[in-house]
Amino acid sequence: MGPGLLSAVTFLPALGALALLLLPRAPAGALRAGGLAVAVATFLLSLPLYVGFDGASAAYQFEEQLHWIPSFGVSYHLGIDGISLLLVLLTTFITPIALASAWHAIEERTKEFVATMLLLETGMLGVFVSLDLFLFFVFWEAMLVPMYLVIGVWGGGQRIYAAVKFVLYTMVGSAFMLVAILALYYQHGAATGVFTFDVPTLARWVVPPGPGQTLMFLAFALAFAIKVPLFPFHTWLPDAHVEAPTAGSVILAGVLLKMGTYGFLRFCLPFFPDATLAFAPLVFALAIVGIVYGALVATAQPDLKKLVAYSSVSHLGFVMLGLFTLNQQGVVGGLIQMVSHGLSTGALFLMVGMIYERRHTRLIADFGGLWQVIPAFSALFLVVALSSLGLPGLNGFVGEFLILVGAFRVDPLLAALATTGIIFAAVYMLWMYQRVVFGEVRHEANRGLRDLTPREWAVLAPVLLFIVWIGVYPVAFTGKTEATVEALLQQVQGKATRALAQ
Amino acid sequence: MSPALAFPAVDLGALLPALVVVGTAGVVLLLDLLPPRDSKDHLGAIALAGVVGALIVTVWLWGRGVETRAFRDMVVLDAFALFFAVVISYAAGLALLISIDYIRRHTAQAGEYYALVLFATTGMLLLASANDLIVVFLALELMSLSLYVLAGFFTARLASSEASMKYFLLGAFASGFFLYGIALLYGATGSTSLDRIAVAAADRSPLVLIGLGLLIVGFGFKISAVPFHMWAPDVYEGAPTSVTAFIATGSKAGAFAALIRVLVVGLGALRADWSALFWALAVLTMTLGNVVALAQTNLKRMLAYSSIAHVGYMLVGLVAGGPAGAGAVLFYLLAYTFTTAGAFGVIALSQRMGEEAVDVGDYAGLARRHPVLAAALALFLLSLIGIPPLAGFVAKVYLFGSAVRAGFVWLAVIAVLNSAVAAYYYLRVIVYMYMREGEGAGADYAPSFAGGMALAIALAGVVGLGLLPAPFADLAQAAVAPLLR
Repeated sequence: MGPGLLSAVTFLPALGALALLLLPRAPAGALRAGGLAVAVATFLLSLPLYVGFDGASAAYQFEEQLHWIPSFGVSYHLGIDGISLLLVLLTTFITPIALASAWHAIEERTKEFVATMLLLETGMLGVFVSLDLFLFFVFWEAMLVPMYLVIGVWGGGQRIYAAVKFVLYTMVGSAFMLVAILALYYQHGAATGVFTFDVPTLARWVVPPGPGQTLMFLAFALAFAIKVPLFPFHTWLPDAHVEAPTAGSVILAGVLLKMGTYGFLRFCLPFFPDATLAFAPLVFALAIVGIVYGALVATAQPDLKKLVAYSSVSHLGFVMLGLFTLNQQGVVGGLIQMVSHGLSTGALFLMVGMIYERRHTRLIADFGGLWQVIPAFSALFLVVALSSLGLPGLNGFVGEFLILVGAFRVDPLLAALATTGIIFAAVYMLWMYQRVVFGEVRHEANRGLRDLTPREWAVLAPVLLFIVWIGVYPVAFTGKTEATVEALLQQVQGKATRALAQ
Repeated sequence: MSPALAFPAVDLGALLPALVVVGTAGVVLLLDLLPPRDSKDHLGAIALAGVVGALIVTVWLWGRGVETRAFRDMVVLDAFALFFAVVISYAAGLALLISIDYIRRHTAQAGEYYALVLFATTGMLLLASANDLIVVFLALELMSLSLYVLAGFFTARLASSEASMKYFLLGAFASGFFLYGIALLYGATGSTSLDRIAVAAADRSPLVLIGLGLLIVGFGFKISAVPFHMWAPDVYEGAPTSVTAFIATGSKAGAFAALIRVLVVGLGALRADWSALFWALAVLTMTLGNVVALAQTNLKRMLAYSSIAHVGYMLVGLVAGGPAGAGAVLFYLLAYTFTTAGAFGVIALSQRMGEEAVDVGDYAGLARRHPVLAAALALFLLSLIGIPPLAGFVAKVYLFGSAVRAGFVWLAVIAVLNSAVAAYYYLRVIVYMYMREGEGAGADYAPSFAGGMALAIALAGVVGLGLLPAPFADLAQAAVAPLLR
């Protein structure tokens, strides 16, 4: 596979979206099928990335570079390494599933919905493959618009409030990041004479430690922390999740939140190593608070979707904890946890969406005894719930275990506190499962529920495949990332010590 | 012995774009006397041809790359003036395209409308090449007087007359300040020529400083910077929408052109003084503009406050200074012209039961009734927010980047936070168009071929400048080079 593959993967969905928009009226079924075909084609096109990726190399691969705004040092520079590879694949994998899940859920403005979702995919892929800060920021901001529309047009009752809150939160964060990007650009230019937004070039440069680096770190970190979301910047998340349609929630949990953690890994750590080390204790504290707080609040939720949303806050706390341990296990664990959370939480949202389509309620109290009525659904729901709470043998365990090992190496107390999050996760997941699935059928309306349809099986089966695959044989995924992570950690440590020596 | 009378060399070449426009205005006035009486569309077409002609002449002159000075350096046609001539021609052309059907629909068609637009355009073009305070003043008055009349063109509508009156009174007031400033500068330096003022003003005498302050007050009115912005919302709301589009784009471009040239060429020695002043004005202007815009439900008023906020952003570039800052302001004006003219164009092409649709509520459900019109307005608004990959985003990055480069990091932070605040009220319009259903009759498309063309051109500008900004940004850089020698 030659050059241009990354561009093709990134822009195929957008081209598909434009083609759909330009089409005259077509039956909704054809539009859905067309959108799904584009998304599946994108996934297939992205598979050579995995096959052709050399896991032993820490270098950027599949690189492409073209001039864009030469006088401003902006180039169209794409490339992936072990960090972005998995996230690109996660994106191309989740999008067709989200589209397929919306087959009957979205009846209005189908054409616009499919096109918006495809544009969203291009935006997310662009964030992960950009190796130019300017280009990265373009995708980062551009992606807001389709997500805003997905929540605001096809969402629930409070959709407008949730959509505007989502956009404003993100925009405030990225406002600071934009200034920091420009500051970094000019500092680098003034110091080296090379004015460029090129990420590898900037990453090689040692930002002088001091208040400048600290402020830039904080500006980047704020944008990413809002996206993750790291406690206490998480308040937009439950609103967005609850109001978004199922497909939107799946994308939001599956991919969008990972843009924040990816940003920490790609930019904060290598650009600002001293500030990273200095602020690691604060991030640990916020991550632990997020883990415990998210889990406790999830326990108290009467609404299934809110429960899953708050569980995301807890899981992403684990990811942040892993990334900032700055050791091999922690960071690789964080990466695997990003993918795992995308799959498990995506699947949870899918299944909550399925039950909602049948009963038009998401309240835990409205269910009970589902095992007797829809056993297949209940069985799959169990697997997904167990994967989310980190049962060994399923995907969730791998990431959390590695993160805890990494955290233990930093401070045993850290690992101990984080482990309570795993216990709480078991509490809220199993208690929820018990109330929804076990016991007697308490509501007459639940007696007539239909079990999984073939389409729903087709939506869930691939996710479950990966849930088991990662759980049983994680090396297939960690093997591609370890070299990159090692190189990154060496870079961070090396830069920090060099800066100290100066 | 009286000295031999020396006639200055008359080089009309330095006025070429303005001459094309003013010549066309004469033709329009003459043809207005001939039949047909009931339709004046052909005059609009001729006016448009004149503006396009000016644009072609400008591009041709740019290609020749010669700087022309005339009338003892009172008028300079350099790259800077030519860049602004392009911006102004686009502003006038888009305004004319919007006008043709809009003015006829509102039964106010008359030949002098087009002539006045051309006279105002001439004033703006002269502002861009004025190198003498007297010429600046004359050009400013030519532009303003034409616009006062245009603002009140809907004589049957009270709001329009009020807008015209208010614009005239406050504008005349501002002209007074401006003239007084010229007088003081003349008194202090003995000249009105920017080149000679530059030499004499370096001593920072109190008289010069007061003169500078008065000039800034005058310019502040014209560009509607806070606290000299009070006229803008009422005038934008009351004036015919096509005229509003022209005031918001062309008159701002012209005034900014003169402001930059006066400050950089004439009063560059006082940079520290005016830079500090504009720092404060920039913060005030963008913050007040955005905060008040949050509370508006009338789309034209909202865009008026938003355009005030955008002036604040442009002042950031002025504070940053240097080639980067000035170039960024020029690029911003180009992007802003397409975006704002487009947004007002959509309003002009929308009607609700035969009336202009100006309330946000009128646009509820527009995405369903007319998806293309809604998408166009959405793109213009997103560009005003600064969402990539649209023109407004790149323009903001250049602008705020120049501020960061010059060390004004906090100013840049205030500006980007303002952009985030602004997102709220722009998004609200999108919320209405896409996420709410209209009750009763809502805004609908008033068919207009010329108006559609205007929107298409503006959209091409908004998307094109966003995706391929490099050549235009380089042109803007080249344009400020002669000023900063």
